[in-house]
Amino acid sequence: MTYRLLTSFVALFISVVWTLNVAHAELTIDITRGVVEPMPLAVADLHGKGQMEKSFGVKIAEVVANDLERSGLFTPINKEAFIQDGESLNVLPRFGDWRIINAQALVQGRVEMTVDGRMRVEFRLWDVLSEKQMVGRAYFSVPSNWRRVAHKISDEIYKRITGESGYFDSRIVYIAESGPKINRVKRLAIMDQDGEKHSFLTDGADLVLTPRFSPNQQEITYLSYYKGVPRVYIFNIESGRQEILGEFPGMTYAPRFSADGRSVIFAMTKNGNSELYTMHLATRKTRKLTNHSAIDTSPSYAPDGKKIVFNSDRSGTQQLYVMNSTGGGVKRISFNKGRYATPVWSPRGDWIAFTRMYQKQFFIGVMRPDGTGERLLTKGFLVESPTWAPNGRVLMFFRQDKSDAYGRGGRTRVFSVDFTGHNEREVITPLDASDPAWSPLLP
Amino acid sequence: MRFKIVSLIAAAGFLAACSTTPTAETSGASGDGAMTSPAGTAAPVSMDMSSQEQLVGIGDRAFFGFDKYDLSAAARTALNKQAAWMNTNRGVRVTIEGHADERGTREYNLALGERRASSVADYLMTLGVSSDRISTISYGKERPENAASNEAAWADNRRAVTVAR
Repeated sequence: MTYRLLTSFVALFISVVWTLNVAHAELTIDITRGVVEPMPLAVADLHGKGQMEKSFGVKIAEVVANDLERSGLFTPINKEAFIQDGESLNVLPRFGDWRIINAQALVQGRVEMTVDGRMRVEFRLWDVLSEKQMVGRAYFSVPSNWRRVAHKISDEIYKRITGESGYFDSRIVYIAESGPKINRVKRLAIMDQDGEKHSFLTDGADLVLTPRFSPNQQEITYLSYYKGVPRVYIFNIESGRQEILGEFPGMTYAPRFSADGRSVIFAMTKNGNSELYTMHLATRKTRKLTNHSAIDTSPSYAPDGKKIVFNSDRSGTQQLYVMNSTGGGVKRISFNKGRYATPVWSPRGDWIAFTRMYQKQFFIGVMRPDGTGERLLTKGFLVESPTWAPNGRVLMFFRQDKSDAYGRGGRTRVFSVDFTGHNEREVITPLDASDPAWSPLLP
Repeated sequence: MRFKIVSLIAAAGFLAACSTTPTAETSGASGDGAMTSPAGTAAPVSMDMSSQEQLVGIGDRAFFGFDKYDLSAAARTALNKQAAWMNTNRGVRVTIEGHADERGTREYNLALGERRASSVADYLMTLGVSSDRISTISYGKERPENAASNEAAWADNRRAVTVAR
């Protein structure tokens, strides 16, 4: 009861704010502000005539509502509270009915099966207060792809309301972990960004680490200890084939694709010294980018391919450096206390995410590519390995719990967090999880 | 001197192992056994186990400070013994496995583990062990020996272990 009163109070408060907003402009959320009151919105089951269409309509609406809820920017209203029935909504929304339940936005639509066995899914996003349609789209797809259709709808809604591109139609590759800490079994695994459609790509026979997607997402580059020799491999998702990047004299590791997908940047150790290299995949030509007795590792290209941020202890401790993509022009960008690691350039180019270690704690943070504007998003006994959502506004990372004196505990799990540091959520996986890497938006 | 005696006993054990007498368990085979076998043939598995047991007996590992890869006096003492043993058992090849504690990031720790393994390999070479008998591998923080999250465990895990191949 109290909860309901509170909810309606908050909703009322927001509706005033939104009304003012609407008086000047239309329904928007500024996601760069940090703390945002989630916008109450109604996602109605998509209308369907037959049983199959109805069922897809319910499932798609559920995935859309879950996507938007997890973003932390929207509060989907419980369907039980809906006044207008699906049949009449399919004709036209009665906006008064949606205003009463404090919906700021309404999502409705329909599912139809076409004669050739495909599915046509249509949705409309309505601004309930101004009674205007904000966006409407239709998608044709094979029915088995219904989840991707739902994520595309979520992306459209997110884009229309926040002005930022979406990130829901994307996947995560990560390392699934099991077994005792002293002998962890690690497997390459892949899932949708919401944790659904999970599958293991390797069987755990070989230790595998640090996967990254290619820009076209058909391939994953990662480190494998296949036959006990740590080398960079490329895994083709379609064929399931694994291929070594190249025969090198030392350990190759820390691989990432370039933004155009034509080359892989990685680190190689030789006589104990780690340097950065690129390999052009078509010509197999290798180029050495660094030449320093310090550890140089964890490279990440700027999205325009012109710069590389990397991790080096050339100053004595681990810090972040930016250099030209041809090597040279090295500049240190991290200057606050502690050690910095795992830099990842945002797909928008505007921020670099990192892991920072200071006073026995680990932090995930972001800074501008020139090192200014550092902001820490989360901390813990061990947090590591940030990865950006395709829109550069959300990150994932993993968290490892502290083990007790008997070595028990030490779970590893993946979390998502806004780049403002808000809305941290666990991404539920079947086993323990580490080293997440977010794909670009699916084509 | 002591090692020679151990080797002789072990060699006797190796012969015993071939005739499958129960005494095989107590001594096993030795590196000297490898020298007696024809060139190019694979050594029996039990022989490596024995080399490993001997390495463990004389001290198979060096420990490192946090984010360090230089060799302490204690590490050098252990490695001096390893080098002497390797110079006696010339048929044995080893892999130096470099490890790091969990208080670092994964990729940096892979590099750090490699540095530690390389420090040990370099030192063994200065003591006369041929470079073609030594290889290195880094496991970073992937294979801790002590699973606890405390200073003592992390000290245990910052190590380079010499493993007979």
